[in-house]
Amino acid sequence: MPTLLIVEQLLNGLQFGLMLFLLAAGLTLVFGVMDMINLAHGSLYMVGAFVAAWLVALSGSFVLGVLGAIVLTAAFGMLLETTLLRTLYARDHLSQVLATFALILILNDGVKMVFGTDLPLSAPDALAGPVQLLPGLSYPAYRLLILAVGLVIAAAMYLLVVKTRLGALVRAGAANRVMTEAMGVDVKRLFTAVFGIGAGLCALAGALLGPLLAVQVGMGENILILAFVVIVIGGIGSIRGALIGSILVGCVDTLGRTLLQHVLREFLPPQWASAAGPAIASIAVYVFMAVVLAVKPQGLFPARA
Amino acid sequence: MHSRPWRRHVGPIALVLLALALPWLLAALGASFYVSMAGRVLVYAIAATSLNLVLGYGGMVSFGHAAFVGLGAYVTGVMISEGVLNGAAHLLATLLVTGAAAALIGAISLRTRGVYFIMITLAFAQMLFYLANSIKGYGGDEGLNIRARSAIGFGLELKDPTTFYYVALAVLAACLWALARFVPSRLGRAVLAIRDDEQRAEALGFATFRLRWLVFVAAGLVAGVAGALSVNQQGYVSPNVLHWTASGTLMVMVILGGVATLWGGVIGAAALLLLQEVLSAYTPHWEFWTGWVLLAAVLFARGGLAGLVGAGPRR
Repeated sequence: MPTLLIVEQLLNGLQFGLMLFLLAAGLTLVFGVMDMINLAHGSLYMVGAFVAAWLVALSGSFVLGVLGAIVLTAAFGMLLETTLLRTLYARDHLSQVLATFALILILNDGVKMVFGTDLPLSAPDALAGPVQLLPGLSYPAYRLLILAVGLVIAAAMYLLVVKTRLGALVRAGAANRVMTEAMGVDVKRLFTAVFGIGAGLCALAGALLGPLLAVQVGMGENILILAFVVIVIGGIGSIRGALIGSILVGCVDTLGRTLLQHVLREFLPPQWASAAGPAIASIAVYVFMAVVLAVKPQGLFPARA
Repeated sequence: MHSRPWRRHVGPIALVLLALALPWLLAALGASFYVSMAGRVLVYAIAATSLNLVLGYGGMVSFGHAAFVGLGAYVTGVMISEGVLNGAAHLLATLLVTGAAAALIGAISLRTRGVYFIMITLAFAQMLFYLANSIKGYGGDEGLNIRARSAIGFGLELKDPTTFYYVALAVLAACLWALARFVPSRLGRAVLAIRDDEQRAEALGFATFRLRWLVFVAAGLVAGVAGALSVNQQGYVSPNVLHWTASGTLMVMVILGGVATLWGGVIGAAALLLLQEVLSAYTPHWEFWTGWVLLAAVLFARGGLAGLVGAGPRR
């Protein structure tokens, strides 16, 4: 197998993993701090992507569109949190599932009413071409941008959570919410802020992945489940776990999809290989999660001591 | 303590009579096309009732119940497309395959608790979803169309909506009867005890793991039968029956109808499907309004619709 192909696919895996992290970061904190199952997290990703596509077309600037989408989606997330989700924290998981499933229906159809079933969003022209990374390896410039943005955001999130006062409060909340409240921290307000940041990150992921995948209704549903897999592997409530889990899942998924087909072609007829490859890759992610849970039932980096 | 005034039986008897007479009533109203809709409600009611057994009575929040429905549908669909039309063979194969799958998935998943159980059952369903997408020989992601139906003998043809309705009604009635018998039985009480306090139940000497596993497998079997029925009704099965949103829909039905209530699954399935039917007649954006109704149900009807109509759990 060509080494350059492996390098290229590793880059793709890392890039997809970093985008997953943008979703998983918010989700793991919501889950970890408030013990809340938010199925509508993927809908924020969709809303962000649509708003970005709309603003990019409106302003003619990719950067302005993406930034606008982050701000608007963060505001929307905070509105959602203060009006509805907040009332669900004290309820059982089943009520949360029902309510956030209802939100998926509302937001899917709501987006359809406002924007239609899909919107065009393409990478900025300046980044349309490939870049020569190594002799013989050229890589799309836009994917490099995603990689760079993902790395910067991951580092920023890590510093925010590990080095700042806000981060310390969030970690305290994830480890033991009741005790944190007893220490005089307004966990509710803290949490509205966390939710807003999470929604903004969703929008960033949706906007950046929009040109690669497609900006369409229902785009959040499959990636939501991958984000849940990530946070379960990483340990619910742990930002470090979310980062490492994201990159592992991104690589398993991407490498499986492409490299596995090459390997399978050695043994199987081509039509079998092209059918089995993606299936095995998709399944591999879940098998991976089952194995991690069998070995470490609390995930790789449990937030609760 | 078990005084049972005759009034208590009026509701159920009226309901049974209504269910039996429904095809005639619809025909009299000139709305026979709703018979197949009623059949669809019954299939979902069976699946949701089986989920209510695991989720409500067993306290196991399975987020992958559609896996068993889908398996039943695929086993029956594949057999029919291969020219095996014997209904008894379909039933047997469905029970064997879904039973084996539920036994394996349960044995692994039940070692986890809480959120991790939710996620791992979801993971298994997703695996089957991708598997179904990849089997190109049986439709792949486009799904599998079948021309024939399960041959069930007695001169009955499942393609006929009225026949299908009565078959599904019989299956649902059997499930509800079994559930009603199970809950107050020794076994049923043990399962409720485990749900409410597993440690205490274990200390009292109950084989908690095995009992929970049995409930999980039993529910999987019933869900498989619902799947076998659904492929007979639709003449079609696609990987979407295994998608996580299908499991989510079943959960929504149970929660909406009433968790751990005998009629919860039936009420939830009927309410959700009828709501969608009515709304889609008025607006293309029926999902939007369905969402608002569900949201209102979470916020204002705690305990589900069964609680509202007085069919909630008696304490």
